[in-house]
Amino acid sequence: MSSDVLAPAAAPSRWQRFKDSQLVHSFSRDKLAMVSFTIFVLYLLAALLAPLIAPYNPYDPSAIDIMDSEIPPAWQEEADERFALGTDAQGRDMLSTMLYGTRISLMIGICAVMLQMFLGVMIGLTAGYFGGRIDSFLMRLADIQLSFSTMMVAIVVLAVFQAAFGAELYADLAIFMLILVIGIAEWPQYARTVRASVLAEKHKEYVDAARVMGFKSSRIMWRHILPNTLSPILVISTVQVANAIISEASLSFLGLGMPVSQPSLGSLISSGFEYIFSGSWWITVIPGIVLVVLVLVMNLLGDWLRDVLNPKLYKG
Amino acid sequence: MNAAQPILQIKDLYKRFNISGDFLDQLKFEGGKIVRKQEHVHAINGVSFDVMPGEALCVVGESGCGKSTVARTVMGLLKPSGGSIHYKGDRIDSLSDRALLPYRQKMQMIFQNPYASLNPRKTINQTLEEPVRFHNPQMSNTEVADKVKEVMFDVGIDPSWGVRFPHEFSGGQRQRISIARALTLDPEFVVADEPISALDVSIQAQVLNLMMKAQEEHNLTYLFITHDLSVVEHFGTRVAVMYLGTLCELAPTKTLFATPKHPYTQALLSAIPRLEDNAPSHIRLQGEVPTPVNLPSGCVFHGRCPHANERCKVEIPELIACDDGSKVACHGIEEGRL
Repeated sequence: MSSDVLAPAAAPSRWQRFKDSQLVHSFSRDKLAMVSFTIFVLYLLAALLAPLIAPYNPYDPSAIDIMDSEIPPAWQEEADERFALGTDAQGRDMLSTMLYGTRISLMIGICAVMLQMFLGVMIGLTAGYFGGRIDSFLMRLADIQLSFSTMMVAIVVLAVFQAAFGAELYADLAIFMLILVIGIAEWPQYARTVRASVLAEKHKEYVDAARVMGFKSSRIMWRHILPNTLSPILVISTVQVANAIISEASLSFLGLGMPVSQPSLGSLISSGFEYIFSGSWWITVIPGIVLVVLVLVMNLLGDWLRDVLNPKLYKG
Repeated sequence: MNAAQPILQIKDLYKRFNISGDFLDQLKFEGGKIVRKQEHVHAINGVSFDVMPGEALCVVGESGCGKSTVARTVMGLLKPSGGSIHYKGDRIDSLSDRALLPYRQKMQMIFQNPYASLNPRKTINQTLEEPVRFHNPQMSNTEVADKVKEVMFDVGIDPSWGVRFPHEFSGGQRQRISIARALTLDPEFVVADEPISALDVSIQAQVLNLMMKAQEEHNLTYLFITHDLSVVEHFGTRVAVMYLGTLCELAPTKTLFATPKHPYTQALLSAIPRLEDNAPSHIRLQGEVPTPVNLPSGCVFHGRCPHANERCKVEIPELIACDDGSKVACHGIEEGRL
């Protein structure tokens, strides 16, 4: 009936639309992103399949022989062919221990970030949408939380917990405590980002249109505004997972993280530190490299994602 | 309902916006004392008018005169600072969100910017289906889909495009979708806030014609906000002219264009470019529009009005009905000097 109505084309499917999206287009042209993504997927697979691919079970004390301790990696002179990457001070196979450690590190990182995201999105969305006093109150709360550094909060909480309930109970609950502490300490990162995006979105006319329809505030917040703030959330998530893994490693290094019986990458690095000057460098260095590569890959992916999702930085 | 009952009645509407910031910003040091000072933008100052069923009432005026604020206050997006709004005799400005729901279905709004008024993350089908489902929870999926298809067909959008996202459409197409969204609930009254000002001129006429067609088919009443006087002449049944948050003149379109009475309306209409002669015939107003923060006393137009006298500087003029059906707020008209 009018000239600006063109002939309809067949509707592209969801998969087709994803394949044609700028995200995939940019990904297929960025070698660094592709390499980073491949390495990250390898890490994820190794973590998920650790019980299947690890040659030994490092959590089983009966499988460990103290006589095998401090055997160097396969390419060194006194190596033992049973242990490709050598053994640690307790005679555990380094490769198996690191596979399990990566699993724990990634789990703590991802779960802690999910907790941060949950708290941050709830608080940021509420603050940004309702504004006024609620906004001021929640953002001052975020400022207070930010003025305590993550490490300080974590050290105090974990040390008090360890002192109050004993090291044994702590060893059982360490993984939950770490997730909780790292998750709670870093929520303002999300809250601030989400609030800023909500402030930009809520004055757009589609929000007014939703209000005119009579939709409830919660529906407008979750179904209309939140989906439009997802790209910054996605970007900080990658960086935050890397940060959470580092926090966990630092806490473990300080003796407040995972116990020696269930080592994460951080506690492995820490446990090898005492032996580094007696020549057993591999207990510290190899998990160190694994950790650095993991964090580096995640940061590179985060950088790439930020460039792609921010049209102002569009490089063509 | 008798035909003479207005569908919408606005009585003595006021809207002020506080611009003085938070409590600490309001404290000022003056004359050795700390005083709390608040400043307001007076966006609407005592506007009253009725909208009759079936008409298209156009509100015109220059930027910042409060046209859009009137529209948004009528729709409940802003709370009025004073006055009342009645819909078919029921007062709606003081109702809670829940109590407003039945009226939401009857009153819909079309927005100015078609690039911002559609949610970029929702497909057209999702955008159009959501209000239908929300207001008619008893409807089955097929009924909802049929309703959406019918409305899309009405506004000239192919229903098979429903799976696409807003960014895949042009401005004119998006504005059609916005109109479709307003029509999904079968409203009686539609507020259109400059619906064509963001569009290309060639598309403006199409969208206007679409709105007129919808008015005929669905028996709609429009409150049409615009600054385009040629659109008013084409579209409006009656015209309300606003200046600095007040109503200057309210008249049937033909009467207003033939015999504008208020000095501001005369100046406004003389600014329409004409083909008849080369002479620059428009009335030049002196000075600038005063700031709505510190309103002038008396008639808000007195500082720029060539006919202003002492009375205009102190007394606020009231809307006075004239013989030809128009209403004018001007002391000069009342006294018969103009």
